Amino acid sequence: MGGLPAGKVEPTEHDYGEWERRVDALMVLLSGGKGGKRLMTVDELRKNIEALPPDAYDRMGYYDRWVTSITQIMIQRGVITTEELGLKMAEIENRGQSPISAKAS
Amino acid sequence: MKEESGNYQPYSYFQLMEVSLRELLVEKGIVTDAQVAEEVEAMRKRTPAVGAGVVAKAWTDPGFKARLLADGTLGCIELGIEVAALKLVVVENTPDVHNVVVCTLCSCYPRMLLGIPPEWYKSRNYRSRTVREPREVLSEFGLQLNEQMKIRVHDSTADMRYLVLPMRPAETDGWSEERLASIVTRDCMIGVAVPKSH
Repeated sequence: MGGLPAGKVEPTEHDYGEWERRVDALMVLLSGGKGGKRLMTVDELRKNIEALPPDAYDRMGYYDRWVTSITQIMIQRGVITTEELGLKMAEIENRGQSPISAKAS
Repeated sequence: MKEESGNYQPYSYFQLMEVSLRELLVEKGIVTDAQVAEEVEAMRKRTPAVGAGVVAKAWTDPGFKARLLADGTLGCIELGIEVAALKLVVVENTPDVHNVVVCTLCSCYPRMLLGIPPEWYKSRNYRSRTVREPREVLSEFGLQLNEQMKIRVHDSTADMRYLVLPMRPAETDGWSEERLASIVTRDCMIGVAVPKSH
């Protein structure tokens, strides 16, 4: 990407949501920081982000890419399975409209 | 969409993924909710004020400045700032050279000193163009450098992070460290701005 032609830099700011901070925290812990188990490296994070199709990369937010990449790595490393993930996502969706402050903060 | 409001709202797809991943990892005993909460809190405390304190200290203590420029990591440790296993390189602006930091690969950033990087730092436009036409990029931030000023661009990596030590404005003689720190913004330490005394 470095050196490629691109547009004007828009000095955009973004106030990170709680879930985005938790994704960041998971990355820190899963990389072995703060007493976490070392189950991934920053290079794997980047590799899996770079593997995203270019249009998906551009459409997704920063932590959308991170959470997708970290999830992929956990599957690749056999920490979780796609089946477990699918079941869990369905289960959480079935909890319905959740009070995020209570359930996930 | 205030998450703290207690209002009910559906999860976005990626929020759903985050909750699912985290709950699975907790069930498997890989992380605990307490660890995640603790790290989120620690993250909240990492703000540009930490970096500004380092800059102000360097401005007022020549011995510290020399040590910080010689080894940024050790300089931070001296001030009790945790820098993990990273190599921190502090680059000094002078009347002849202006420094600016980018990460063309992704979003490497001195988080222990500046917090989470701003949106634009991670943008395709900033990452693509800063290494090629830094003068134009800086002018888009409102920073016009004269033609004689050399611009040095530093491309960060996962293991090596940069902090710009801006020039202390001339009209700040006698200012306390605290007052000096108040004019050192995040953008000054990335190199897309310079401190102003008024």
